[in-house]
Amino acid sequence: MAARGCGGVWCRVLQRGPGGSCSASRPRRAVACNARGGAVPLGQSGLAPWAAVVGLEIHAQITSNSKLFSGSQVQFAAPPNSLVSFFDASLPGTLPVLNRRCVEATVMTGLALNCTINKKSLFDRKHYFYADLPAGYQITQQRVPIAVNGSLSYSLCKDNKMSQMVTKTVRIKQIQLEQDSGKSLHDDARSQTLIDLNRAGVGLMEVVMEPDMCCGEEAAAAVRELQLILQTLGSSQAIMADYEIQRQIKELENGGTVLNETRAFDSKLGCTVPMRDKEGKQDYRFMPEPNLPPLILYDAKSLPANVNHQQVVNIDWIHERLPDLPSVKRAKLVELYGILPEHSFTLVNEDGLMDFFEDVVKQTQMKPKKVIGWILSDLLSHLKQHSLTAKESPISSFLLADLLNLLENGDISSSAAKQVFEELWKGEGKTPLEIVKEKQLELIQDQEELEQICQAVIDEREKEVMAIKGGNEKVINKLIGLVRKATRGRANPLLVKQILEKKLSE
Amino acid sequence: YRRGQPLGELDGIPIAVKDNFNTAGIETTCASNMLKGYISPYNATVVQKLLDGGAVLLGKTNLDEFAMGSGSTDGVFGPVRNPWSYSRQYKEKIVPRSDSEPENSNWVITGGSSGGSAAAVSAFTCFAALGSDTGGSTRNPAAHCGVVGLKPTYGLISRHGLIPLVNSMDVPGILTRCVDDAAVVLGSLAGHDPKDSTTVQDIFQPFALPSLTDVSKLSIGIPKEYHAPGLSSEILAVWSKAADLFKNAGAKVVEVSLPHTHYSIVCYHVLCTAEVASNMARFDGLEYGHRSDMNKSTESMYAATRREGFSDVVRGRILSGNYFLLKQNYEDYFVKAQKVRRLIANDFVKVFGSGVDILLTPTTLSDAVPYVEFIKEDNRTRSTQDDILTQAANMAGLPAVNVPTALSGRGLPIGLQFIGRSFQEKQLLTVAKWFEKQVQFPMIHYLSYICEAAFFHPQRACKVSGSLKN
Repeated sequence: MAARGCGGVWCRVLQRGPGGSCSASRPRRAVACNARGGAVPLGQSGLAPWAAVVGLEIHAQITSNSKLFSGSQVQFAAPPNSLVSFFDASLPGTLPVLNRRCVEATVMTGLALNCTINKKSLFDRKHYFYADLPAGYQITQQRVPIAVNGSLSYSLCKDNKMSQMVTKTVRIKQIQLEQDSGKSLHDDARSQTLIDLNRAGVGLMEVVMEPDMCCGEEAAAAVRELQLILQTLGSSQAIMADYEIQRQIKELENGGTVLNETRAFDSKLGCTVPMRDKEGKQDYRFMPEPNLPPLILYDAKSLPANVNHQQVVNIDWIHERLPDLPSVKRAKLVELYGILPEHSFTLVNEDGLMDFFEDVVKQTQMKPKKVIGWILSDLLSHLKQHSLTAKESPISSFLLADLLNLLENGDISSSAAKQVFEELWKGEGKTPLEIVKEKQLELIQDQEELEQICQAVIDEREKEVMAIKGGNEKVINKLIGLVRKATRGRANPLLVKQILEKKLSE
Repeated sequence: YRRGQPLGELDGIPIAVKDNFNTAGIETTCASNMLKGYISPYNATVVQKLLDGGAVLLGKTNLDEFAMGSGSTDGVFGPVRNPWSYSRQYKEKIVPRSDSEPENSNWVITGGSSGGSAAAVSAFTCFAALGSDTGGSTRNPAAHCGVVGLKPTYGLISRHGLIPLVNSMDVPGILTRCVDDAAVVLGSLAGHDPKDSTTVQDIFQPFALPSLTDVSKLSIGIPKEYHAPGLSSEILAVWSKAADLFKNAGAKVVEVSLPHTHYSIVCYHVLCTAEVASNMARFDGLEYGHRSDMNKSTESMYAATRREGFSDVVRGRILSGNYFLLKQNYEDYFVKAQKVRRLIANDFVKVFGSGVDILLTPTTLSDAVPYVEFIKEDNRTRSTQDDILTQAANMAGLPAVNVPTALSGRGLPIGLQFIGRSFQEKQLLTVAKWFEKQVQFPMIHYLSYICEAAFFHPQRACKVSGSLKN
């Protein structure tokens, strides 16, 4: 599944039937997405928004060199079963050893989500039998997780209008550390299942959101913001395509009439199916993990005096080193550059775009408010069309800045600039100036030349001239257009208008 | 050898290791069909330490399957025979019941579950052996086989590589012929292991045991609850005599109470089976070990594999354990048992806090019974009976040691147990060593043709520690 790359995020949105609470029954890991909430279907299937609320459980793979409880490497796309230690394979007699980096990543995430970090948290075993769970249990945090009671603010556009953004908050119930399982590849042709344990034991942060969201849109926006936060912190790469989030949530919405049970989305079948395990009948027989002592975290106050700093995690130390969160970044952009809030969203949302924008601003005299237009419409649309990130743009920030300078200096018209942009996009190594010269796109600076052309147009278009003189002023635009055509976009339209008006009034 | 320097105190010393410790390249079975033929790819930390010190691994010893049992009779390789069954001391005392009785039908058990290790040491096949101790599995067979059996404090010695029975109670156990040897082996094994998060961080200092001469400053506690129902009069007498020994030597001997002792059996049963159910969940035939030929579905393969691989004893414990861990039962059983465990542990804290240094108790209820008698009751019943005097130390994580004390009327070993404070092995073993010297437990005498070869005096046998005496 596309969503499960290295550092992947996958959502489980749990649906709750009336009176029942949905504990995590064994999902089809690769594709599961269930909605949780006391949903009341409103008559028509799938068309009306859910009346009640949606909660989310998001599992994000922690970015670390080694796994949560063993020393084997965490790596994407390695040959099957090449990153499996004795512990990961559950060889008898092996014991878990907690990875400090995973703890730090989770503390960072908890702090970024305004959580209370539990200075003492516990590990538990959650038992179920499945081929990709070698030990027959997952080590997780059921009783006392590492972080609780946080919040996540996110924005979404009302009615799809970027200009109408509302800010919403969802409460974070908890964040817990747990192991990921291996991967099952079902080979129905040969009636067998192949197991790859590379992923078994990789650290996961499970972020549990309270059912504060009213619909799929809100859920998607919340997840997107969480993704950004995780990527900013570096605690998880949180790779999950936007469309994937939308798709999963939409699928649930389309299954509207069956919201009262938990369904999983099976990507192969392309529809929702009832969960394989009988929901509510699965008893995980939780038990404390006896091989791991309670996880004790310290802050500046509680840190014991003579302690090995390699052995402890200091919450305050981590707090001090948190990078700017997306919301802070956006606010700074608006303040610094005077751009609109919705612009800041796009800048921060799109990978590398903010840096690109800032680089261009540094290298050009054009005001940021004008630069933003080029970034968000011209550049971004091209990037999207070709599925590129800003870092992969064939036009570097330097070249774009160069181009914008030409425009700003009045050397070329904006339509000419757009032409140059197209040329630059080809990535043939030419500078904007070279392209301008090559295509002869410079604005005609010679007043006399312009006047001649304008005169020529006036002479040709008697009908239009009559119309203008007769009071229909809008027709002048047609003349301007003709002049521009004649000059192949090399005439400054304002100047042209001036000249035409002057001539026509004579 | 090349450098002319020993690797350590154990260089060249033959040892045996219970077959629930992982040994790299060597079959590690836990006496179970589930792991028959399983070649472990790594050494348990304790095994590695022994090998690094130059010890010579003679072999893996037999046990009850997955260390579940108190007789070493329930492993797939069959029961372990107590070497004392063939001693002159025992054979002399046997009253032949009938002429039709087969020659060797009255051999006695070793106790368990580390019976193989105890027998190995007792029969002079090695100088020291590793056992494991969860409810008494090192001390019990030590008592029946007339050897020293040390259960160290939980967290002192690494469990990495010890295939677990109950993670929160298991410790590697040490079986030797004298207390000094136990101290030596302890010295090479103890200490923090990064691979085992339950080992303490403190640096461990190996120690040599002083030869105590003055016990007047010692306070010995005699817990009255250890006068348990079923305790043989013989053992009671030996215990009393031992208490008098200390008293006459000037020590303070006081009766103490550990009031929650009689709850320990049920408490142990709940916690043990719960952990067993969890620990055995990994045996599904997929990654290693036995895999059934049944392949209609994954679930059916699991079921068949586990039915074929596990004995009834193991399966019984798994079922019980899963029952106790069910959501609706968890509070009533597991959590309750944890609370009772805390009470049991607190009993010891109180007693040690009141000025008592060491507790003196019997190790077993009687001397070793004949195998044919032992198997008349099932594993569960036997474990319940036999663990009662040893379990509580595992509940509380305390160090305890069996010291062979005297021979019974049947010519079989009787041992007594000393229980000490957490991490005070030095004090514990110092007292044990003094006691050992006082009682002069006799050496096992085989029939004459073996005896000639056995010119070792028990104390001279302790060549390792250098205490050569005549």
